[in-house]
Amino acid sequence: MTSTIAVVGASLAGLSAARALRDQSYDGRIVVIGDEVHAPYDRPPLSKDFLAGTASLEDIALGAPDDEDLGLEWRLGTTAVGLEHLSRSVQLSDGSEVRADGVVLATGARARRLPGSEGLDGVHVLRSLDDAVALREDLAAAGRLVVIGAGFIGAEVAATARKLGLEVTVVETQPVPLAGPLGADMGAVCAGLHADHGTRLLTGTGVARLVGTGRVEAVELTDGTRLSADVVVVGIGATPNIEWLAHSGVALGNGVLTDARGATNTPGVVAVGDCAAAWSAAAERHVRIEHWTNALEQPATAVATLVGAGGPVPTPVPYFWSDQYGARIQFAGSRREGDVARVVEGSCDDRSFLVVYERDGQPVAVLGMNQPRLFTRWRRQLRAAVPTAS
Amino acid sequence: MIPVCPTTALPPGEATRVEADEPIAVFNVDGEFYAIDDTCTHQDASLADGWLDGCAVECPLHASCFDLRTGKVSGPPAKTPVRTHRVVVQDGMVYVQAGTTAEDVA
Repeated sequence: MTSTIAVVGASLAGLSAARALRDQSYDGRIVVIGDEVHAPYDRPPLSKDFLAGTASLEDIALGAPDDEDLGLEWRLGTTAVGLEHLSRSVQLSDGSEVRADGVVLATGARARRLPGSEGLDGVHVLRSLDDAVALREDLAAAGRLVVIGAGFIGAEVAATARKLGLEVTVVETQPVPLAGPLGADMGAVCAGLHADHGTRLLTGTGVARLVGTGRVEAVELTDGTRLSADVVVVGIGATPNIEWLAHSGVALGNGVLTDARGATNTPGVVAVGDCAAAWSAAAERHVRIEHWTNALEQPATAVATLVGAGGPVPTPVPYFWSDQYGARIQFAGSRREGDVARVVEGSCDDRSFLVVYERDGQPVAVLGMNQPRLFTRWRRQLRAAVPTAS
Repeated sequence: MIPVCPTTALPPGEATRVEADEPIAVFNVDGEFYAIDDTCTHQDASLADGWLDGCAVECPLHASCFDLRTGKVSGPPAKTPVRTHRVVVQDGMVYVQAGTTAEDVA
């Protein structure tokens, strides 16, 4: 009898898992289940070129011509609502189920919403293609945008909206944006791009409430300031889509808990991408990574685990990038409080620099702005410096 | 033919970008020169800024890989190949014939 592997989630991690299964010579049936009706697409452009209208749906499609040879069975527009771990069957929202010998959990994460924003027109989050289409339509008729959250998504939306000619204000509760990933000094440098391009940035202030009936009219801050808004974008992080596994017996924390090879506590079930919190020997805890590169690379290991291929545990160097106001920001490595940031090339004032973060004199992370060539060298150097666990 | 640089200015493991109608990236792989379109087919990034690993170049932005010999995608997220161009070395100078694929003369 032909074996079946169900891949639950049809975005980058799910598609990468399906491709990795074929790469690793799995010749059984692969069923890919996705809650969105769309074929896999690339999410990063949703806040940039797609939102600006300069990239089409075809441009951001992830599928390649060779993918037809993968022989995948697609169940798009169908949400997985449960997993019966003994029979390894995935229950779907249409009442059907997919019985499988192996299951790849790749259900991703969803944008966190602002409590009290339900049912108010003009308030958006940005995670899916449908989100981006709705936001794009709303921005086209708007003059003033307020972005809540100065993280990467918020900053990219602000930059795109400025390019579209809107008046933009970004509100951030933290005193310095991006201090978590980049440290306060470099967070401030990157956030300086807002002022360079005429975006108002208000930091250290929270949102008290959204004002408006039917449609949002203003954002009221905790200090009493009232910001008029035609459109509001909420960019305050993401929550892993794991509630559907609550009764499955699969161990959950801040994500589906897995070992370093992607295995869950349930035999025949692995997890990858934004929904997975994999054990990190370096951090000595489970770490859930929401980076695109992780969703691309991690499935190869998890799929090898699923088909019993084994191999060394990779120790990837986390990498992410952000494009804002024409500036290309790239970061690789793992930064902690106390690491020393040193400019090794260019200058922060010129918005063209490379910064190396050092711990005990050793480079542990690197940040580049508009320095792709040099950044790539440092990134590879970091990768080479990380020992491979066996 | 477009002059690129003296061979001595492009040592093994290095790459350079040449302005043409479409920018071209020229690589030196252990003494062999290869030329492909410089712009990644996935998103706007310069492959001359990428990482050379054997006969493959990894895009500096999203790690798409292209085979320098054929232009074919050897690693996602790119979907479409880049064009290859013929490289000529003459009197210690590297030249590129834009629009002439490497395979045409192979």
